Amino acid sequence: MSRIEGVLQTLKGQGRKALIPFITAGDPHPDETVGLMHTMVDAGVDIIELGVPFSDPMADGPVIQLACERALKQGTSLRRVLAMVSEFRKTNDTTPVVLMGYLNPIEAMGYEAFADAAVNAGVDGILTVDLPPEEADDIAPLFSHRGLDPIFLLAPTTTDERIRAIAGHSSGYVYYVSFKGVTGAAKINVDEVAEKVAHIHELTALPVGVGFGIRDAETAAAVGRVSDGVIVGSVLVDTIARNQADIDALKRALTDLLNPMREALDGLAS
Amino acid sequence: MSVKLTEEMLAALPDARGHFGAFGGRFVSETLMDSLMTLEQEYMRLKKDPEFQAAFDKDLADYVGRPSPLYFAERLTRETGGAQIWLKREDLNHTGAHKVNNTIGQALLASFLGKTRIIAETGAGQHGVATATVCARLGLECHVFMGADDVQRQSLNVYRMKLLGAQVHSVESGSRTLKDAMNDAMRDWVTNVDDTFYIIGTVAGPHPYPLLVRDFQSVIGRETRRQSLEKTGKLPDALVACVGGGSNAIGMFYPFLTDESVQLYGVEAGGHGIDTGEHAAPLCAGRPGVLHGNRTYLMEDDNGQIASTHSVSAGLDYPGVGPEHSWLKDIGRGNYVSVTDDEALEAFRMLTLVEGIMPALESAHAVAYAVKLAAKMDKDQMVVINISGRGDKDIHTVAQLDGIEL
Ligand SMILES: Cc1ncc(COP(=O)(O)O)c(C=O)c1O
Repeated sequence: MSRIEGVLQTLKGQGRKALIPFITAGDPHPDETVGLMHTMVDAGVDIIELGVPFSDPMADGPVIQLACERALKQGTSLRRVLAMVSEFRKTNDTTPVVLMGYLNPIEAMGYEAFADAAVNAGVDGILTVDLPPEEADDIAPLFSHRGLDPIFLLAPTTTDERIRAIAGHSSGYVYYVSFKGVTGAAKINVDEVAEKVAHIHELTALPVGVGFGIRDAETAAAVGRVSDGVIVGSVLVDTIARNQADIDALKRALTDLLNPMREALDGLAS
Repeated sequence: MSVKLTEEMLAALPDARGHFGAFGGRFVSETLMDSLMTLEQEYMRLKKDPEFQAAFDKDLADYVGRPSPLYFAERLTRETGGAQIWLKREDLNHTGAHKVNNTIGQALLASFLGKTRIIAETGAGQHGVATATVCARLGLECHVFMGADDVQRQSLNVYRMKLLGAQVHSVESGSRTLKDAMNDAMRDWVTNVDDTFYIIGTVAGPHPYPLLVRDFQSVIGRETRRQSLEKTGKLPDALVACVGGGSNAIGMFYPFLTDESVQLYGVEAGGHGIDTGEHAAPLCAGRPGVLHGNRTYLMEDDNGQIASTHSVSAGLDYPGVGPEHSWLKDIGRGNYVSVTDDEALEAFRMLTLVEGIMPALESAHAVAYAVKLAAKMDKDQMVVINISGRGDKDIHTVAQLDGIEL
């Protein structure tokens, strides 16, 4: 069983929902990312999605675009992100880490070389936004054969036929994108999400994480009620942007954001 | 390596997933997949629909003014002292470039699909103008994304688009040029996918765009083939076209791909020179990667980050290229070369002075290479240059380089 499956199964046994933060690796500086990861673990998160910065983040809104620009300016590369995960693993071998990003940095490194390095670093899952399963026939097996979970997106526009096919290519969890749009937009409609996620649950046994548009304890609880986990991105990245000059203040701000979300999600269990 | 292409081989490309050999495909986020698959199905149906094709042909004739002439550049030929140089006059199309062939076709598609809102990216502004033009004609809402730097250097076209009723969105992110405009267009599309049709301006993007843009632009090569036979009794020996994303080039080349005797030259933007790194020539100096929905040759750094590009011509200032060109390069059917900013500017002046035809700076790249090529060829041979657009939009840029304030 992969580390991701283990964590999600334990949570399920406890009747709890996963809190999954996303931050862009290397933002505000590559030396700070591992510390931020530990801070988030201390605040009660279950799985970390670590964004690999890309020059052309087509699926992202301005907040994560700017985070990519900051991280790249500080010399963040895919290799450097893998080094961050290795560093994180020195003191944490329980919290799963999913690398999330775009295909080209992986393609440039070479798929086999990347998959080997990711396993060695202690990465658990790979989510490439611009890699639909149709193009993943040769790539996804390189990940799964090494025990890395390939995680794919589902969207409001995904047909039933595709939901089944995509779930068939995925392990760990599937990531449901809550609305048509880019990250950071604030247009989540919880009723629509509830309906679609319930439907996805009918079509696959995989846990469903929901991301895009979750920004506080209230939206986290509303979405957590109908899914297996919530992914929180832009609001954290925006907090990093606003506190980049003072790392201690930044860590406190992240904790202050995540704690109420954790409590709200755990409040659903009782 | 060079492969003899047959009609059967070409009919099988792109394959069902939009691949041209190792290139192309559909690398987009899940939200767009359904739209792309619907677009593909509808296009495959309409491609064989006589009514759709008749509507397209009629618009090309009556609205665009096709066929565009194939013109013998007698004086340029004499000055060059080699092969006969002929010009395919896409600059004479309505709106002044080849871009309109494609926007007519895609706008027709959009209306068949019942979409009411159109978005487009643009570099030089020619595709933006061509899109705004068809939207004005059909009464469609039009949004054009344009890099902030390009808004600066192509201000005339920005104003033209506004006069045509389009909203121009200046894109401040990234390198503030064409690739960033395309990023923002994709972001808009994913947000408004229900009512919006994205008219991509070149043979890049996810499947089926490279296919349908190529089909719409192939009128250039079909006419050239027929006109060449009519006027000279034979096929040209060489075709020369500039390559930004590659739509005017593929439009010219495609109907000749199985004619082995016809050499194909795609001319990329060499900028300040390939060895300076400041250029926009992925086929000459890049390597395969994935950007904007397809796998193709790209300009990127060792870490797979897309490199910023440079060209004096905004329409060529793009780090990728259509996947079919990547395939033609790898099988050895296409020759891909580059000329520098300075060579293109010199060719701009030469064609203007010698033939009274002011080419777009993009097209001037093709002129610059063709003149070098023709000089080495026999006098009974024939070179056709695709003059993809007219140069009015570039007068500001040229004047500025001359130190003249207009
Ligand atoms: C006149 C002209 N030629 C060529 C191009 C380059 O595009 P493509 O390579 O798709 O023909 C442009 C793009 O703006 C253009 O305006």
